[in-house]
Amino acid sequence: MDIKTNEVLDAKGLACPMPIVKTKKTIQNLDAGQVLKVEATDKGSTADMKAWADKAGHQYLGTTEENDVLSHYIRKSSDEESQEKHHPHVVENDALQLFDEDTLILDVREAAEYAFGHIPGAQSIPFGELDERMDEIDDMKNIYVVCRTGNRSDMAAQKLAAKGYNHVYNVVPGMSGWTGETTKSN
Amino acid sequence: MTINAMTAQQVTQKILNNEPLFILDVRNEEAFQDWKIEGKSLTYLNIPYFDLLDGVEEILDQLPVDQDVIVVCAKEGSSVMVAEMISEEGRDVSYLQGGMKAWSEYLEPLKVADLRDGGELFQFVRIGKGCLSYMVVSRGEAAIIDATRMTDVYIRFAEEKGAQVTHVFDTHLHADHISGGRELAEKTGATYWLPPKDAGEVKFNYAPLKDNKIVKVGDTEIAIHALYSPGHTIGSTSFVINGQYLLSGDILFIDSIGRPDLAGKAEDWVKDLRETLYSRYKELSDELIVLPAHFMIMDELNENGTVAEKLGTLFSNNHGLNIEDETEFRKMVTENLPPQPNAYQEIRETNMGKISPDEEEQREMEIGPNRCAVR
Repeated sequence: MDIKTNEVLDAKGLACPMPIVKTKKTIQNLDAGQVLKVEATDKGSTADMKAWADKAGHQYLGTTEENDVLSHYIRKSSDEESQEKHHPHVVENDALQLFDEDTLILDVREAAEYAFGHIPGAQSIPFGELDERMDEIDDMKNIYVVCRTGNRSDMAAQKLAAKGYNHVYNVVPGMSGWTGETTKSN
Repeated sequence: MTINAMTAQQVTQKILNNEPLFILDVRNEEAFQDWKIEGKSLTYLNIPYFDLLDGVEEILDQLPVDQDVIVVCAKEGSSVMVAEMISEEGRDVSYLQGGMKAWSEYLEPLKVADLRDGGELFQFVRIGKGCLSYMVVSRGEAAIIDATRMTDVYIRFAEEKGAQVTHVFDTHLHADHISGGRELAEKTGATYWLPPKDAGEVKFNYAPLKDNKIVKVGDTEIAIHALYSPGHTIGSTSFVINGQYLLSGDILFIDSIGRPDLAGKAEDWVKDLRETLYSRYKELSDELIVLPAHFMIMDELNENGTVAEKLGTLFSNNHGLNIEDETEFRKMVTENLPPQPNAYQEIRETNMGKISPDEEEQREMEIGPNRCAVR
């Protein structure tokens, strides 16, 4: 699985505590909300990475393993929860249960967040790529924009509305409160 | 201030001598909850190393100044880092050499008894994992029972005793740890004995243990008497040494009994387990000293560190031997069982010779506490 990230840290061959020490240092240089991939060979790093990220307030997305190399995906903490929403059309997660052929679920989280769990059928365009990829979105459909907590989707919904998309809804809270089915990218 | 590397052996000595020791375990909380160094004289503080990357000032007042402090992690690296930080704050501190990996692998040899004609019986206490193995030494010959994969320890010990290893036994096909039996036999040229009913799928040659089989060790009458005792596994076999010591394998422990579910056949084997414990063992002498293959809690250790108790005492005190009602017994050993040991399927396959993981993989498979019993 090749997942796009903002930064890759090579911690292969390093023993505990070095993978975490280096991760901590590297993530300091990232912007809030950016995603770091840490490659490590220390088997114990998975549990530690998850526990450390949870405590430090970062978002541990998941780990893949290929040829004895573990790839950990971590998204730097951002203060999303506190932001105010501006897009006027807001629906709750339940609205996505009524999925039909006129519905488009647009997932604007980072590629790695999407890869480790998204609503089946959702289309992925990370918020940072929305401007350049907007023409991939079918404007004939009802567009339900989701992210983790409803903030990036709020900003994305505003962008879409400004470009003339008519039926755009911001879904709150989004994936952080999603209890329905999810799927992973292969 | 100084940093001292404390070995697993030194920590074991402190535990057995009831000396106070303060353990600062810097593994993640889940790992600590699952498995840690146990001992009555120990006190603990668990703070993951990744919470201490910016310094240890905040925890200094939680570390005692009047007793030894040892920092413990999985493989040593993080504990050295934290120990250095504590030392820089002006405190004396130790770290566990080799971490929990070394702790899991350490074997403390303890003498259980002198046997007649100068023979000796030793118990090897794998204190970090609760596994017990045995060596009988007599007149230049040695027999090893339920060996762990740390085979060099037994070979060295036998050499020190001037004995050649001639027989290696496993009481049953182990599911919680990797047996060193086959490797020991290969290295020493000893005969490797296994119960045939547990060895149906094994990929190597072995000598089949049969009920009432007697194997002699040394040129005297130190006899190992095989006693078919199914229940934990279908082939489980106990040994009676010289009519005095009952090596009960994973059938009977000091404060618990074996679990019948690790080969997925709990329902089938409950009857065998009850038959073994309540009939076959009942017919044996109360004076036999029970030497099990495991202990679960430190309370099962005697003052000198050995794990041994008279069979008669177990018949009065062990809850698992005192359940009159068969239905209740069945319930106890098939329901609400503790979690199964880490990687127990892979461990079984390794012990059958079906898979050959390398040393690092074997370590990973064995990580965690022992879980062979029901209480």
